[in-house]
Amino acid sequence: MAKSSIMPGFRPAIGFTLVYLSLVVLIPLSTLVFKSFQLSWDDYVNIITSKRVLHSFRVSFVTSLVAAFVAGFFGFIVAWVLVRYSFFGKRFFHALIDFPFALPTAVAGIVLATIFQPSGFLGKLLSETFGIQVAFKPLGIVMALIFISIPFVVRTVEPVLLEFETTMEEAALSLGATRLQVFTKIIFPNVFPALLTGFALAFARGVGEYGSVIFIAGNIPYVSEIVPLLIVTKLEQFDFEGATAIALTMLVVSFLLLLVINMLQYWVRKRSGQL
Amino acid sequence: MSILLSNISKKFGTFAALDQINLEIPEGELVALLGPSGCGKTTLLRIIAGLESADEGRVLISGQDKTDHDVSQRGIGFVFQHYALFRHMTVFENVAFGLRVKSRRERPSEAIIRKKVHDLLNLVQLDWLHDRYPDQLSGGQRQRIALARALAVEPSVLLLDEPFGALDAGVRKDLRQWLRNLHHDLNVTSIFVTHDQEEAMEVASQVVVLNHGHIEQQGTPSDIYDHPSNEFVSKFIGQTNVFNLEEHDADWLQTAGLPTTHQKGRVAHVRPHDIVIAKSTDDNDAFVILKDWQHLGSLIRIELVKSSVNGQSASVYAEMPNDQFRRLQLNKGDKVDLRIRHAHWFH
Repeated sequence: MAKSSIMPGFRPAIGFTLVYLSLVVLIPLSTLVFKSFQLSWDDYVNIITSKRVLHSFRVSFVTSLVAAFVAGFFGFIVAWVLVRYSFFGKRFFHALIDFPFALPTAVAGIVLATIFQPSGFLGKLLSETFGIQVAFKPLGIVMALIFISIPFVVRTVEPVLLEFETTMEEAALSLGATRLQVFTKIIFPNVFPALLTGFALAFARGVGEYGSVIFIAGNIPYVSEIVPLLIVTKLEQFDFEGATAIALTMLVVSFLLLLVINMLQYWVRKRSGQL
Repeated sequence: MSILLSNISKKFGTFAALDQINLEIPEGELVALLGPSGCGKTTLLRIIAGLESADEGRVLISGQDKTDHDVSQRGIGFVFQHYALFRHMTVFENVAFGLRVKSRRERPSEAIIRKKVHDLLNLVQLDWLHDRYPDQLSGGQRQRIALARALAVEPSVLLLDEPFGALDAGVRKDLRQWLRNLHHDLNVTSIFVTHDQEEAMEVASQVVVLNHGHIEQQGTPSDIYDHPSNEFVSKFIGQTNVFNLEEHDADWLQTAGLPTTHQKGRVAHVRPHDIVIAKSTDDNDAFVILKDWQHLGSLIRIELVKSSVNGQSASVYAEMPNDQFRRLQLNKGDKVDLRIRHAHWFH
């Protein structure tokens, strides 16, 4: 940076950013990578392809994906209602949305487990009327993850909806569009990139979630055991290599998935002229 | 198509935005709704469009009662002040939107849509921008695209809300002329809202002056300028000097050549170009002091100061062509004789 730029303080700012990123993100993550180098490739493959581990990966990613979809759908509706309508107690609901952010996840997990266990209030109702068991099943994990990740969707979609020019809707209506067409052709395409971000955040949070899940999941191997739990289990058995191998794999898979979502987002924005 | 509004009233809370508006707009006119901000002109336009509903009254478009029709069924084209272009669509798709959302039965084939959109883009002289996004266009270009988009559905009435409000002066001037020509070619009944009296006079064939939610006057631009029906219209349209007889102006006006014996009112409004000035030769009672002048292109606006009986001085503005003023060879501070050729009287 020989030339002076219009924004001053580039050097201290980039320096600070790099130090911060190294201390908080890079060093811990690279330790993980280096630690896993103590394993031979065969050992690594053996650990990762063991049936229990593969199952836990499936449980983690499928439940997170389902939860992110559901959270995306309902989160969008919640954001829509909070932005578009004024009603009694709106401020209260607004504050309520952030609750899962602040609540210790273990507390959320215990509460959900209490409600959804077979003898619990909702668990009883669901199993008696529909024959659905929530707790100790992947469905319970999905439930907990939705609870945890909805605020991510609401808080990313909300500002975009707020900023949305309603005259665009009026223009579409004046051109003869129906209300449904206005939504599908005008509102949704403008909000979609933000919704995708919310979805990605929800998904990422879901994959990494531990506290709220373990209580409701029951942690039955091959059924409702999630990857983070498996890592903790391995640690408790002093199987540090096993734990690192799983963690590293988790890291890579999550990174790839987020990369795909980001590319999708780039493509959407590009296609709709927002870049 | 003709538009008929009868007894339109609209309240926002306790504020009466529109009060018993009756208005008839004949087919093919280019009408300006003119008034200061907050006079209800935009509300009236939105009621005609169906974007807002009136508390009372009916809206008839070419004889048909459209009061209870939704905006999408009124057959109107609406151009928004800030264009409201669909920012996630290309210029082409913006213009095609109105055709694409038609029901399957009414929707033209892709080839016809393509041709029609390109024709419209050619009409607004922007076909070369068809694959751009709105964010990549200038204000004037966006406005013309917005107009092309509104015209795509062949509206019976074109409604424009402050169409030039957000543009800079040069572009605005070009677009005014362009809109006038376009209206001449298409001959679709058009109504535009403006707070700029110059714009209304320049573009419109009919001007409707609104104030505080009711219509002050409706007529051609020259009607309104030459025969303002009340003080508000006279002050709002063009420049005017106000002389109040109750403030001892009677004698002074008499000497300035305006007979006050058969007075037709309490207040005289005098247009700046109805004031003639000359270098003072003797101590005439109607003299004024030349304070300053400004160049307004071909005209000069002259600021004169008149000292009244009670010792207060008041400014009087006169206008005259450049060369005429130069011939008078006046300097700042000169005594000047003043003659009033014409005045509008109001009670």
